[in-house]
Amino acid sequence: MPVVIAGVVIAAIFAFLWARDVMTPDRPAALAEPEPVPTVSSGEEPLVERFPRNKFLELTTLGLGGVITGIVTVPILGFAVLPAFTGKELEGVDLGPLDKYPEGEWREATFLLDPAAGEVSRRTAFVRNNGEKNGRPSITIISNRCVHLGCPAQSGGPRQDDERETIKTEQAELTLTPIQPANFSCPCHGGAYDTEGNRIAGPPVRALDRYKYGIVNGNLTLLQPYSVGKVDGEGSNAMIKAYGLQGPGEHVDGLEAFLYPIQAQDLE
Amino acid sequence: MAVVPPPSRRRKRRMDKVLEIVNIPLDWLEERSGLVGGVKYFLFRKVPSDMNWWHTLGSATLTAFLVQAGTGVILAMYYHPHPDTAYESIRHVTHDVTLGWLVRGMHRWGASVFIILLFLHMGRVFLFGAYKYPRELNWIVGVLILPLAMLEGFTGYLLPWDQTAYWATVVGINLNGTGPFVGPLLAQFLRGGDEIGAETLTRFYAMHMLLLPGAIAGLIGLHLYLVVRLGVSSPPWSPEAAGRDREEPEPSGSTGLVRPGPRGGRPRGE
Repeated sequence: MPVVIAGVVIAAIFAFLWARDVMTPDRPAALAEPEPVPTVSSGEEPLVERFPRNKFLELTTLGLGGVITGIVTVPILGFAVLPAFTGKELEGVDLGPLDKYPEGEWREATFLLDPAAGEVSRRTAFVRNNGEKNGRPSITIISNRCVHLGCPAQSGGPRQDDERETIKTEQAELTLTPIQPANFSCPCHGGAYDTEGNRIAGPPVRALDRYKYGIVNGNLTLLQPYSVGKVDGEGSNAMIKAYGLQGPGEHVDGLEAFLYPIQAQDLE
Repeated sequence: MAVVPPPSRRRKRRMDKVLEIVNIPLDWLEERSGLVGGVKYFLFRKVPSDMNWWHTLGSATLTAFLVQAGTGVILAMYYHPHPDTAYESIRHVTHDVTLGWLVRGMHRWGASVFIILLFLHMGRVFLFGAYKYPRELNWIVGVLILPLAMLEGFTGYLLPWDQTAYWATVVGINLNGTGPFVGPLLAQFLRGGDEIGAETLTRFYAMHMLLLPGAIAGLIGLHLYLVVRLGVSSPPWSPEAAGRDREEPEPSGSTGLVRPGPRGGRPRGE
């Protein structure tokens, strides 16, 4: 719809310009008027071009060409650029029954963010059940996307691959691997994080992203991801200021955050 | 003293007949298009007498581009730009299709050759001072070709859709994303959405085989037009000055920048 409006507006602008061009008296022709006209003895009207036809045709061609170019180009450019910015809102991802996440333990969960897109949308998150806080379950869900440049961060510590569990949910299959991370680190450029996701070494500019969550019918459900500058405290006592999800390498707090005023996600 | 017998009449007539057969279609073409004259003008135009092998780097780069275009067209006949099948289709080309390994190898290694030759050609033009008046515009056109060629490399790298391709592209796109102000929007455009997926692959494929080669081919056309129009420059040690003979200086035993030149400079430190 905005594309149509933009197209109509541009067409109207060009139509106006064209009409104005056509209506404006032609100055060079006006200047040429006082030139001496050869007198014709026969008494007929001298042969002077009063209406410059070639000028009219020139402007008409340019004007119409502009209109056609606008009509054709605007939808094409809109089609090329806009779909990237009008992504659909993701549904929650079912991460299986809450009792698959024993209190105080970590699980590495791999799941399909968008089952329709297939294996390419497989993501990994580190999930820890912090126990109950004020009568409600407290869960830490940290995304494994390194906030330096987006490589997958790994859990540093023992992992029990032979105890990996595959859970079938309504959406897709999900695997849970028990891990005991001492930290998380990224193989690409050496970014390192503690178990709350705070940066402890390397090039990352903020803490690891996290996911919001909910409990639906006793199942842990993954909701929107969000970005984090720094986590104070740990486990269920962690104090987190949540920012809208930003790309890796973008600052969310401090002076540098002013370099990233527009977020693609904010536009949706 | 060997006496060459004059060609017999019959033989001469046969020669004329052959020439006529060759010339009739060429004349037909020339009369209607002027193409024969154009090609002759291009091939037999004047160039400096002291051109050397460094001047062939431009043609070598063009050849590398044409090899990429030719092998790329054929690879496109087998490639599937979809996340589920892209890797498998390239495995198929490499291992199953007759000579597929060769064509893919040419395209893969030729990509590096193309970039390397671009830089060598650029270095030659810079060191020879061939970018100076009146050839500045040709330098600018060449400088526009360079990033397009590197974008070809960036977009082509994703297409095998293996782990290297995927994560290299993740890092590359996120690098763009860290650019201030417009970076996040650029990254979003390159990804075709919030996440790298099928949209990213198809848009990289379209850019790699349609948009960028088209733009490069157009700029190469402009580049060649300017080369033919402006002529090729002499090497910097050339005694030939533009359009006139240079006075031969007194031999002074000086050492030029590149080789002992007829420029008549004084030896250094004098």
